[in-house]
Amino acid sequence: MDIHEYQAKKILSDFGVTIPRGGIVYSPENAENKAREIGGSRWVVKAQIHSGARGKAGGIIVCDNPLEVAQATDKLLGKKLVTNQTGPEGKIVNRIYIEEATDIERELYLGLVFDRSSESIMVVASTEGGMSVEEISKEKPETIIRSKIEVAVGMQSFQARELAFGLGIEPDLIRRASETIIGCYKAFSELDATMVEVNPLVISKQKQILALDCKMSFDNNAMFRRNQVSELRDKTQEDSKEVFASDRGLNYVSLDGNIGNIINGAGLAMASMDMIKLAGGSPANFLDVGGGATPEKIVKAFKLVTMDEKVKVILVNIFAGINRCDWVAEGIVEALKKIEVNIPLVIRLAGTNVEQGNQILKESKINYIEANTLEDAANKAVAALKK
Amino acid sequence: MTVLIDKNSKIIIQGFTGKMGSFHADEMIKYGSNVVGGVTPGKGGSKHLNLPVFNTVKDAVSETGADASILFVPPAFAADSAMEAADAGIKTCVAIVDGIPSHDMIRIKRYMRRYTKSSKMTLVGPNCAGIISPGKSMLGIMPGHIYKEGRIGIISRSGTLGYEAAQQLKNLNIGVSTSVGIGGDPINGSSFRDIIEKFETDDETDAILMIGEIGGPQEVAAGEFVRENMKKPVIAYIAGLTAPKGRVMGHAGAIVSAYGESAIEKVEILKECGITISKNPSVMGETVKTVLEKM
Repeated sequence: MDIHEYQAKKILSDFGVTIPRGGIVYSPENAENKAREIGGSRWVVKAQIHSGARGKAGGIIVCDNPLEVAQATDKLLGKKLVTNQTGPEGKIVNRIYIEEATDIERELYLGLVFDRSSESIMVVASTEGGMSVEEISKEKPETIIRSKIEVAVGMQSFQARELAFGLGIEPDLIRRASETIIGCYKAFSELDATMVEVNPLVISKQKQILALDCKMSFDNNAMFRRNQVSELRDKTQEDSKEVFASDRGLNYVSLDGNIGNIINGAGLAMASMDMIKLAGGSPANFLDVGGGATPEKIVKAFKLVTMDEKVKVILVNIFAGINRCDWVAEGIVEALKKIEVNIPLVIRLAGTNVEQGNQILKESKINYIEANTLEDAANKAVAALKK
Repeated sequence: MTVLIDKNSKIIIQGFTGKMGSFHADEMIKYGSNVVGGVTPGKGGSKHLNLPVFNTVKDAVSETGADASILFVPPAFAADSAMEAADAGIKTCVAIVDGIPSHDMIRIKRYMRRYTKSSKMTLVGPNCAGIISPGKSMLGIMPGHIYKEGRIGIISRSGTLGYEAAQQLKNLNIGVSTSVGIGGDPINGSSFRDIIEKFETDDETDAILMIGEIGGPQEVAAGEFVRENMKKPVIAYIAGLTAPKGRVMGHAGAIVSAYGESAIEKVEILKECGITISKNPSVMGETVKTVLEKM
């Protein structure tokens, strides 16, 4: 789960990281007042969307008086911002963060992620803040320093100090820099985060160490014990079909193609998508209804896939184990009584009681194309598309 | 594979009296697994499915001599249950449950470092289908009848794709020695490399089919191990050719975030390690057959 910049900043500030003064607003009038309240003589108006690279997309505007702040807010609110991370559809701006402008002396990069090979938390830092970590590793890999943190004992002061010295931070600021790095680590480990990125982490002309922009992502599996974090979810930033799916216990990812998929199991779903591609087609979605493929889930899955106007053919591929094909087939027949499907439907059942399952489908009045293997299913789906 | 489970494995169910635990305990018993009891804290002393229920794994082990366990406890309590099993001297533990936080998995693995190699429990999963040695024992939730007895080892992240492979092999009259589902989470108890190493020394296995997917370093780590250490042939399929970068594809661990984590990159690296690639998921069985014919 991702959260907004202002939410991540609030969290980091609770863990002792210094952030510029700022506040969230929802209207231009609000913005003008907020700028006066924050004080100072320059402000930054920042569109809050779940994406980086907002500056290049026009989502960050520097203003010299409260009136300009109001105008910038007016300009950004309700707008769809397209960045290199949002996809062509962009993301809508519903919230604006107003922040006092910072006099920047140096821009640094600080990121924390799970390292899957060492099963520890990896802290990555660089002197080249402001660039994305991908750009840094491509263009200035020599500036990257890493520190592997053993989760059971947590980050030690010396590890933070080593990073701070490695970034060339001046001696007077080392202590504050270490506290900042440890604060980010604590936020990561205590809130079940999967990613904390402060980019840039800046040293101001006034010798303050500030998190100027930051991103945080969290482990969805841990949200049951992180109420304060899960409340920060902003569904307006997610694909509406993906929200519909996650609210109903389905795993769904929206894609560009036109063959809709309903499959049980994530691995089998990916494999079916691969087969579609090899057959010359293109999947409209990834959809895992879960290993069990219960009739309720199948109904929901049909609803979801038929919501997508791009979908011209539906491919159902269920490998029934304990749940038996006859039961799955009954679920499909029931689903099709509730949901009208006017496009070609290819169904491949496999596993326990496959003959009975296919028999039930045949005897029902549903209009479908039967397939036997993964390859057969993909070929028939692509062929149906061409007709 | 005797190192994980065999006919003599004495199995207990953790979370025995719950709906999932009861259902799958019954399925395992029907398959012929030697289930000797279960654990549900607070229900110790009672009977369930005609088997004894214990309060703690330690009690279950001392009373029944159990050496294998399977977890059907909710994600929030799974880490605790796995550590309890490790501490009670269980040798093989399968965690079926989907949804264990990554921080908890790291904690379990860190906890298990206190044991010496010989006394350390093998944890398989979470978010997996479990282990089956066809005709001998099933410590999992798979449909046992799709597995034919034989000499191919299967390791798969995905449950249903592992079933697909077993079915394809069965249709070609090829059997399976042991199938291990290692699960779809980013941090898991046993990696591809851990299990492939066990298959190399297993005298009931001739060749290994590895079914991987996008995300994480494990397929590549296994490939390097194969290149350096393996004599038995390895066949692999990697799912997720069409998966976009940076998106989680159902499994929490199926996300491409670094070089070497996409399906195409993994396939290239595994080829270089001397692994035979199944070019699509529909020919996993045939690819194994071709390799066997050359042996």
